[in-house]
Amino acid sequence: MKFKGQSIISIRDMEKEALLKIIETADAVKRGGHKGCLEGKVVSTAFFEPSTRTRFSFASATQYMGGKVIGFAGTASTSVTKGESLVDTIKTISGYCDVIVIRHPVEGAARLASEAATVPVINAGDGANQHPTQTFLDLFTMSERFRDLSKIRVGFLGDLKYGRTVHSLAYALALFRAPMVFIAPEILSMPGYLLEEIREMGSETRQFEALCDIDVSLDVLYVTRIQKERFGDMQEYERVAGTYRVTPETVRALTEGVRIMHPLPRVDEIDVEVDAMENAIYFEQAHNGIPVRQAILGLVMGTIS
Amino acid sequence: MKTYKVYAISDGTVIDHIPATRALKVIDILGIENEGILTIGIGFSSKKMGKKDIIKIENKYLGKDETDKISLIAPDATINIIKNGTLKEKRRIERPDTYIDIVKCRNPNCITQSTGVKTKFRVVKSSPLTLRCHYCERTVEAGEVEIL
Repeated sequence: MKFKGQSIISIRDMEKEALLKIIETADAVKRGGHKGCLEGKVVSTAFFEPSTRTRFSFASATQYMGGKVIGFAGTASTSVTKGESLVDTIKTISGYCDVIVIRHPVEGAARLASEAATVPVINAGDGANQHPTQTFLDLFTMSERFRDLSKIRVGFLGDLKYGRTVHSLAYALALFRAPMVFIAPEILSMPGYLLEEIREMGSETRQFEALCDIDVSLDVLYVTRIQKERFGDMQEYERVAGTYRVTPETVRALTEGVRIMHPLPRVDEIDVEVDAMENAIYFEQAHNGIPVRQAILGLVMGTIS
Repeated sequence: MKTYKVYAISDGTVIDHIPATRALKVIDILGIENEGILTIGIGFSSKKMGKKDIIKIENKYLGKDETDKISLIAPDATINIIKNGTLKEKRRIERPDTYIDIVKCRNPNCITQSTGVKTKFRVVKSSPLTLRCHYCERTVEAGEVEIL
């Protein structure tokens, strides 16, 4: 895949080789390579809905590499309130910057923006659909611990039905034909069409309703939040959420050396006592957002080849 | 002598074997309502289909790219191109890889629900026919497809 001038919209547009290139570049960036590669470049963050970590991490990634950031967070101070269309907004912003990072509550907005823009567009989340740079940093974090992504077994825990990070990461791991384990209550289990797709791509999959039922070893446990709003009955929510809570005891009962990951924000699905365990790498995972986003920005603007 | 309920045309396109009552939808998808003289037959008896519709479009020769657009609602239709009263070409409908502005996305939070954005669906599986929205990436099976 040629990166220069390309938009990054969906993990479905990516091939295994492209993912490996991103990981390799992020690794070089993290080791101090490509310093100042965004000098003279302007990154526009067009965030049509609030976000803290993703927007800050793109801004920080740009500034550490010598670039400048313009943009907005929320549409209150923009022409969108005057009724301007997304296409017009993006066409206009295209003339003010070298790359647009977009977050939008409507699914498919990032794809539409990439078709309207004259500069590369990076999707920083479009509704429940895609958030590719999250997947890149997840893969990068795993690759730092495990050399061969095709050999690791990742267990996904929590809301597997609605979680976009789970869907994207599972798809990306399937490109490596990595085996996967899905642990969720039946009402929040992985959508059937996605499971079928992952299996067809060559990944071996197993499904369990509880962590204690797992009879295979795990290299990574990827935990996601179970959202209250998915449940009509709050008592049922409390019961389910309690069952899926990760504590030091849970971690000790799993494979020795298992890494615990989480896309954050966490509420109470991982006990804070787990933070001090060597297994917990979720804050490191969040910090990896910087070199990974620097790598992506450099690649699409052609300042990293 | 066989009598025809719809008169023969000497030049143009005949679309036969359309599932009964879908002729008007076919015209809508093809966008040919203002393309000259159209003869529409609805609910004819058919040995193969039980009931069928027929459309005759005078002085217009529809290309394959155009007629393939109706594959979702009339997959077994046959296309006859008539020139100077003679059948010059007979072909079946083939499924295209992409459907543009034909299928409605069922996701209420898809960007195509906004005005002015044409829907685009790619075929990701042929059996059962499954389409994926180019924008929100949700999939839909042929049985659930809603035509715009």
